[in-house]
Amino acid sequence: MGQITLQDVQKSFGPVHIIKGADLDVADGSFVVFVGPSGCGKTTLLRLIAGLEDVSGGKILIDGKNVVDTPPAKRGLSMVFQSYALYPHMSVRGNIGFGLKMAGLAKDEINRKVEAAAATLNLTPYLDRKPRELSGGQRQRVAIGRAIVREPKAFLFDEPLSNLDAALRVQMRIEVTRLQKQLGTTAIYVTHDQVEAMTMADKIVVLNGGKIEQYGSPLELYERPANLFVAGFIGSPKMNFVTGELAKQQGATTIGVRPEHLRIERDGAGGWQGTIAVAEHLGSDTFLYVDAGPLGMLTARYIGELSLHAGDRVSLMPEPARIHRFDQSGNAVRG
Amino acid sequence: MATRQTQILARSLLTPAVGLLFIWMIVPLALTLYFSTLHYSLLDPGSEAFVGLENFRYFLTDPAFLDSLQNTLVLVGSVLALTILLGIPLALLLDQPVIGRNIVRLMVIAPFFVMPTVSALVWKNLLMHPVSGLFAWIASLFHLTPIDWFNDVPLFAVILIVAWQWLPFATLILLTALQSLDEEQKEAAEMDGASALSAFIYITLPHLARPITVVILIETIFLLTVFAEIFVTTGGGPGLQTTNIAFLIYSQALIQFDVGSASAGGLVAVVIANVVAFFLVRIVGRNLEA
Repeated sequence: MGQITLQDVQKSFGPVHIIKGADLDVADGSFVVFVGPSGCGKTTLLRLIAGLEDVSGGKILIDGKNVVDTPPAKRGLSMVFQSYALYPHMSVRGNIGFGLKMAGLAKDEINRKVEAAAATLNLTPYLDRKPRELSGGQRQRVAIGRAIVREPKAFLFDEPLSNLDAALRVQMRIEVTRLQKQLGTTAIYVTHDQVEAMTMADKIVVLNGGKIEQYGSPLELYERPANLFVAGFIGSPKMNFVTGELAKQQGATTIGVRPEHLRIERDGAGGWQGTIAVAEHLGSDTFLYVDAGPLGMLTARYIGELSLHAGDRVSLMPEPARIHRFDQSGNAVRG
Repeated sequence: MATRQTQILARSLLTPAVGLLFIWMIVPLALTLYFSTLHYSLLDPGSEAFVGLENFRYFLTDPAFLDSLQNTLVLVGSVLALTILLGIPLALLLDQPVIGRNIVRLMVIAPFFVMPTVSALVWKNLLMHPVSGLFAWIASLFHLTPIDWFNDVPLFAVILIVAWQWLPFATLILLTALQSLDEEQKEAAEMDGASALSAFIYITLPHLARPITVVILIETIFLLTVFAEIFVTTGGGPGLQTTNIAFLIYSQALIQFDVGSASAGGLVAVVIANVVAFFLVRIVGRNLEA
């Protein structure tokens, strides 16, 4: 079991309010990703759940029990740190088994569990090496091994893939997701990378300035962002926002259209007219950055190759059903 | 140094400094070597004559030599043990966030800046004096007989003084090492359920292995030649109880005015220092390999 509930959790460092009341329900076995720009409080929130920081107010329930006064080790959670925080003088075996040793398990039982964890993570050949003799990806796996060997109620990941190169990050992303599904253990994962969030999560928590902006499944966030911040943060390239007369016609202060929902027409008459400032040809996609005069710079995405170049005139036609409307305070207008 | 020209330029610019250093080192060494083969007593000027290795035989068979060798090793070993065993807890305390931490740190480091002669005099006359010293006064408060430090436990008294001087050094090195311990590692240990004591044994102490090695190696070099503290407090006595090799050489040269024998002693001391260094590097130097 690993059901985690936050009730009005607050945290301030002196006069600085970092977390301004977070309410959240993490279902048992689900993979929840905290995502947001740097300084939004996502790591702090994770550390509060881990017990590495004390809450300033509110409750944290793990399986229905309030744990705010429970020391980290007694909460039954395990954490994978950004720097991996492996113990440099211990072998891989020592690193993975350290928590079990501290729990006072018998030596052969520790060995059995460590070897099982190592087998799951393909670390068996490296059990007697020191962390400095391992590559980045292997260190990452040792850190994960250290987390899974204790059979925790939940895993906490603090930007674990940010130190890996791009190719390895994609591979580890898949491995972590598969491992979590296979073990069925609740996981909370912090990242600033929205691609990681979209691909790994069952549910995403978007944080901004210490507040939860939206909590929902990846596609929910993509299709129905609750406000301007979520709309701008989720999706790459960013959603286009248009204000003024055009928005008013739609009964909103701001309207937003994702680059992939703009139909591109060469020398067209209707839609939003503009000149291409930059065209990026990736083969699989074509990104056009269009100077649309009073509307500002708009980004359009075309799946596949489109032979348009800087200086060409285009008109962009938004798909009517895919226009997001936001009111004056930035909240989404539905219906 | 990328090109041949810059290499030549660098070498020619370095030459005067290196040459001066070399002369600075080689002249005294050569002279010591030369004197060690002479019968050369200041009490008997004009009688210098070549005596081969006679001075070495005389120095090494002097009963004072073995005593002072033992005293040297006891002094070095005890001071090392004291500074490290007290330095670790002190460094751990200073690593904690306390009010006025910077001032406390400065005060802890202060003894290192006091000249050995001055601190030895302070210890001798203000602290350890059997009549007017602070320790005697404390003893009298409890109706105990004051200890006459430099007569009853002279070597221990010297060890205390030297350890007091070197404790700040050990503390400082260990403190900087503690500050470089990765915060996330401590947190990982906390998540792993390690108590404060286990975290110290399994995480902090292994992290300190290398700085402890550095402290041992550097302190040994200086502790082999402790002189001022002995000269000021006990003058090597009573008897030979606080005479170490350095002091023995001094007494050969400037109490008995036997320059030849003192030179031989100086060379013996160089050999001893090298032997000690060799074993130290063998024993603890492994920690320095990355």
